[in-house]
Amino acid sequence: MSERRACVACLRRSWLLALLGPFLEKIATGKVGRRSPELLRLGNEDLVEVVAPKAGPGMLAELATLGEGWFAERLEEAECWAICRHDDRYPPGLRDAADAPWALLGRGSLGLLEGMEPQAAVTIVGSRRATSYGREVARDLARQLAAAGMVVTSGLAFGIDACAHRGALDAGGKTIAVLGCGPDSPYPAAHRGLWRSIAETGVVISELPPGSTPWRWSFPARNRVMAALAGMTVVVEAATRSGSLITADLAAELGRDLGAVPGPVNSAPSAGPNDLLAGGACVVRDAQDVLDAMLGAGARSLERTGPPLEEELAIVLAAVEAGATNADAVVAAIGSSGRTADPSDAAPASDLPARRASVALARLELLGYLATTPVGTFTRTLLSAPTTVVSDG
Amino acid sequence: MLATARTFTLDGISARPVRVEVDVHRGLPGFAIVGLPDAAVREARERVRAALVNCGFEFPLSRIVVNLAPASLRKAGPGMDLAIAAALLRASGQLEWEGMDRVALAGELALDGQVRHIYGVLAIAEAAREDGAEAIVVPAENGPEAALAGGVEVVPLGSLAELPAVAAGERAPEPSPLRLWSGPAPGAPDLADLRGQPHLRHALEVAAAGGHSLLMVGPPGAGKSLAASRLPSILPPLGQEEALEVARIASVTGGLGAVLPAGRPFRAPHHTISAAGLIGGGSPPGPGEVTRAHRGILFLDELCEFRREVLEALRAPLETGEVSIARVSGRRRLPCRFMLVAASNPCPCGRGEDDPACTCLASQIQRYQGKLSGALADRIDLLVAVSQPSAEEIGGAPGEASAAVRERVRAARERQEARLGLGRCNAEMTTAEVRECDLDPGAAALLADLYSRRRLSGRAHDRALRLARTVADLAGVARVGEEEMAQALQLRRRDRV
Repeated sequence: MSERRACVACLRRSWLLALLGPFLEKIATGKVGRRSPELLRLGNEDLVEVVAPKAGPGMLAELATLGEGWFAERLEEAECWAICRHDDRYPPGLRDAADAPWALLGRGSLGLLEGMEPQAAVTIVGSRRATSYGREVARDLARQLAAAGMVVTSGLAFGIDACAHRGALDAGGKTIAVLGCGPDSPYPAAHRGLWRSIAETGVVISELPPGSTPWRWSFPARNRVMAALAGMTVVVEAATRSGSLITADLAAELGRDLGAVPGPVNSAPSAGPNDLLAGGACVVRDAQDVLDAMLGAGARSLERTGPPLEEELAIVLAAVEAGATNADAVVAAIGSSGRTADPSDAAPASDLPARRASVALARLELLGYLATTPVGTFTRTLLSAPTTVVSDG
Repeated sequence: MLATARTFTLDGISARPVRVEVDVHRGLPGFAIVGLPDAAVREARERVRAALVNCGFEFPLSRIVVNLAPASLRKAGPGMDLAIAAALLRASGQLEWEGMDRVALAGELALDGQVRHIYGVLAIAEAAREDGAEAIVVPAENGPEAALAGGVEVVPLGSLAELPAVAAGERAPEPSPLRLWSGPAPGAPDLADLRGQPHLRHALEVAAAGGHSLLMVGPPGAGKSLAASRLPSILPPLGQEEALEVARIASVTGGLGAVLPAGRPFRAPHHTISAAGLIGGGSPPGPGEVTRAHRGILFLDELCEFRREVLEALRAPLETGEVSIARVSGRRRLPCRFMLVAASNPCPCGRGEDDPACTCLASQIQRYQGKLSGALADRIDLLVAVSQPSAEEIGGAPGEASAAVRERVRAARERQEARLGLGRCNAEMTTAEVRECDLDPGAAALLADLYSRRRLSGRAHDRALRLARTVADLAGVARVGEEEMAQALQLRRRDRV
């Protein structure tokens, strides 16, 4: 455990923020509230001076009495780890931000965060009240990006955020949830299951200590973390006064790429991204647009190549690519090719192609070449097949 | 003068004894029936009066009171006409019948005194046996059906005019019992009519072999209904007791003709059906479509057009194999162990999203397919996408006949019964039994891979295992191999992500 510990000074900062929570809430309303990251740029003494001149010094003194052991205990209780800005493992992207959190507390595989270059991650943000269009785009985008090996970062909120995380999980990819409360509690509570899945396969992080409740000011604050972590921030849907646009502004200030998904001009949830596009943001239609903007056109192609296929599987895959969308059509396509029926087989010859097709289709689905729709038909995934064919048997 | 007769009223799928008491005495002429009669029983007055007169009897010009005991039980149907007429004849001194108290009577009267056939004679004859009656007088048409019950002498009666002869001991020879067909009736639709579509045939065979529920999705005219209606013909033959269960229900619901044998039922209710019509209900409670489909197939065509609450109501009967209807007068349990087969179009217009001619909105399709992934869908094991057969297939040779497929299905069912016990199939395996399935390492790896990578639910995991077990039973292997597992994974219904 000892190597997974941040330095005491940085941890004190996290607990100080939690203690200052209500005071920050009081002064950081309205316009200031939207810019709470600016306040967090201040050092401990200055911050206390501005936010809580009376109660603050007492808090500082109290925290100063707490030693490394106390913090380690709290972290262990909450099953969390912590890293700080003096640590090699601190994500380099965050060092670009003057107001970056001193310490990051989190759950999940720390290895994912360790030394993660911003070019390896994409932040997807958007409205909590998204339309079905936005949700679908966010999920697809995240799925494709995760499949292409990118880390998908978002904020676990309702709407676009949740879809982005789910998309990444669909593809079996990596995702980071940045929270506005302690890392040990899911907010919103309805996303407990999602929070747990992310903690299992990805990372959940926060700059607040375990047990912290979310504040109004802590959401813009976590937005700056999301903006700095990733090389590109993509806004899927956001009304004109949405918090997602804060993330976009912060990303632009850091010199990160900014992308937006175009939407109908008369749709309020698409007003934000459409404005960003008018201001010169990258048009994001699919994951390829994101990869091109981040890594240079053509640097990485979305398509991945799957494992090599046996002859039979290759024939079935070719049949699906030629337009066969259900098993019977596949049977018809392969019926005329390949093996002849084994006369010793108990089942009649007419039955054999159906069984072979079933087996081949199931294997292709498991290998990721095919996906099944709710009505039982197949669609070809983005995975491309290698040209070499393994001889069968 | 007072006389009594024994008869029965139908309740659910069984019959309850009713005692008919007739009192004829002086007074203002009249004819009253008391004891919770329904409209059909009350109208017996007119039928009995006309039948008596037209058979040469005299209708007494006195005050007649008919009491149907027990008075608390609701009496329904025209089956009590004969008993009322017989008791009335005795009460008015026109019929001498020494042992009438040991004989039960059931039948509807025509105005000319003919005894018409009634529903539920099998249940009535069984109830008469239980009630200790020595003989039961039934409509001549229902004689063979009543003889199925056994243990009670069956006296067929053609007309009320013959009743004095029956009372004197001159009885027609006892009818021979109706022959129950355990397999499909001759002339029933055959699977040979399904041309081409090998995958659909395979899915039907697996569903039949393991008793798994099946959902077919495809455009109109792709052969979904045709395939479903052929399913009873490939199911294994009914056992003696099962055949009797089916006959009893068919008898009560009027489906057991005078001569036509039953076989496995196939019920295809229209999608506008109410929950009570599907599950059973009414007062007194009668069987619904699920009970009529007992030991056979319940086919829900256009699954997505059924009302949501109707589909919801189907869940418990599917799980437990019986319907429980609670009424103030008590609770009735009706059996309903059926195989669910459903069919649906891929979208409201029927063409499917992939067809450029499809005009459905995304939201419409979502709402429509929502029912495919709803709570009922959780009870469905197999999903087949069905497409229009090609011209060559339709014009080609007929498919394999039902008899050959049924033979394989029967063999597979025998293997299941040897493992699970008599009358049980793979679809009914408990979680504990599922875990005992013998998998070879390849099959286990395949399932484990899917389970971890696709985050399959535990239920979906067990479903895949049950299907794989059935595929292996069809292939006749004791251990589920990789190929059987792959087939099962392809046939199974996918969970929505």
